[in-house]
Amino acid sequence: MSQQTLSHKILARAAGKTSVTPGEIIWAKVGLAMMTDSSGPRRIQANHIRLKERIWDKDKVVVISDHFVPAHNEGEALIQRITRQWVEKHGIQKYHYGEGICHIIPVERGYIRPGTVMVGADSHTPTGGALGAFAVGVGSTEILGVIVTGEIWLKVPRTIRVWWDGKLNPAVMAKDMMLRLIGEIGDDGASYQAVEYSGPGVKALSLDERLVLSNMTTELGGEAGIIEPDELVLEHLRAQGQTDFDPLYADPDAEYDRELGFDASLLEPLVACPPNPSNVFLARELAADKIRLDQAYIGACTGAKYTDLVAAAEIVKGQQIAPGLRFLVAPASRQAFRRALADGTISTLVEAGATVLPTGCGACAGLGNGILASGERAISSTNRNYPGRMGARDSEVYLASPRTVAASALAGHIVDPREFEG
Amino acid sequence: MQLKGRVWRFGDDISTDVIAPGKYLRLSSAEIAGHVMEGLDPDFARKVQPGDIIIAGRNFGCGSSRENAPDALRLAGISAIVAKSFARIFFRNCINLGVPAIDCDSLDQIAEGDIVEIDLELGLMTNLTGGQQFSFQPLPAHLISMLEAGGLVPFLEQRVAAEEAEKLKAAEEAVA
Ligand code: SF4
Repeated sequence: MSQQTLSHKILARAAGKTSVTPGEIIWAKVGLAMMTDSSGPRRIQANHIRLKERIWDKDKVVVISDHFVPAHNEGEALIQRITRQWVEKHGIQKYHYGEGICHIIPVERGYIRPGTVMVGADSHTPTGGALGAFAVGVGSTEILGVIVTGEIWLKVPRTIRVWWDGKLNPAVMAKDMMLRLIGEIGDDGASYQAVEYSGPGVKALSLDERLVLSNMTTELGGEAGIIEPDELVLEHLRAQGQTDFDPLYADPDAEYDRELGFDASLLEPLVACPPNPSNVFLARELAADKIRLDQAYIGACTGAKYTDLVAAAEIVKGQQIAPGLRFLVAPASRQAFRRALADGTISTLVEAGATVLPTGCGACAGLGNGILASGERAISSTNRNYPGRMGARDSEVYLASPRTVAASALAGHIVDPREFEG
Repeated sequence: MQLKGRVWRFGDDISTDVIAPGKYLRLSSAEIAGHVMEGLDPDFARKVQPGDIIIAGRNFGCGSSRENAPDALRLAGISAIVAKSFARIFFRNCINLGVPAIDCDSLDQIAEGDIVEIDLELGLMTNLTGGQQFSFQPLPAHLISMLEAGGLVPFLEQRVAAEEAEKLKAAEEAVA
């Protein structure tokens, strides 16, 4: 039997088989099902009644209200009520309102177990892959199927290995690693494939940073973005009281469909210009163009975790943002917010001129506060910059790391954060 | 599960925007069915007949994840889509809505208007007009049952109903 990739080993286990081959369709047992206020109860309710409102295992269902929180019109308030009533009716304990973004909460709480399949009704569900799970995003019809049966059919993807040598310089972040990769292979470069990230450059990353690799696998068109769980991950899980796991690792001679290699120590700060995440340039080259900004946004599951808030604060400490620019910070979770409050990170940001917004998806999805007007331009630590993503159809979003976003907030135009490093 | 139908040929990278144009998104899938593929062939919706089969190139169904694109094709009468490759969400949506989606690499000898026959269990497609045969990875029995039921929700509905009937029978027998 040929040596298997980590993705294939997880899928084989979930399907009760010894091995799987790409292209094969399997029925996988699911370890965790996640849905949001946007994709969840309001969309599945009617069909759920057709299926006699069955739930396979209510302890394995997570419902997170993050898209429309707090509700800012009656329609959103109604969605929240529908969501709340559904979880109450079905006795769902893992329900989180306003506590954080749907891809962050399951990580923080230790819900995601290495070696299992996780299914989420949101496109950035691959985030969970940073814990060594095969985490895939689906639509509302499919999440209903999972909630009722605890199973899902999956077409076994081919596997790409992305190897990072070296170690990042302080000015660059995991976001730059992903922009480099997306710039290299395109926003469909891993279409229907699993991506496995490995090498010393990946191992050196904190858990917060690893989440960015898995999260932005979606911007490669990938099915899943997985990192082998090391002691750092297992320790985190234990600290959350999660001990029921049995991690898997890739076989040493696993066959990959494609292998890519990069050197983290050579990486420089990058920016993805509109209209898509693969339109990537060096921040220092763009700096010469003096691209004027109306808004700098630190937010989203990708770019507003605790370490992101700290990175932004390090840059703006003791300085003031450019006049006329809006510097918005929407922490990715309450836990990240509390830590950043306790250690002074939030005051540093606010003293520099930041406005703190509620924890949730917000402007990343063109919702809540921080929407762009026609013709406006933002630099953002989020993950997508397709036309209209953060507001008006002809507004522009430039994607960058929290450091580059913060430095650009000070300059008023896009810069390389090294201009502001002490 | 066997299908037979007339072929419509399309190229690479046919997006959901072409299949179900964005300007019709407020309409129901049944209404969009009257406009499917309009961007490529304004008369397509009028010409297509129940049972017809689409044969396309790479990356069919790329673009947004809207479920009403495969749904509109189904309602327009398309009985199966065979392509060199599919965009992930589109492929999943097709199967879950009851439209057979088949990955098949060499399709060049099939012309528009040919009649093809597809056997999902065997993983075999025959061009009845040209005589060639094409093989593909057969779909597993479970998925074929789902397609036969008309998609994921009807399939699960049958399963739940069968289980409930079973329970009822057991309860009746216990009383008797
Ligand atoms: S923060 Fe943005 S990318 Fe993340 S789940 Fe919310 S809308 Fe999606």
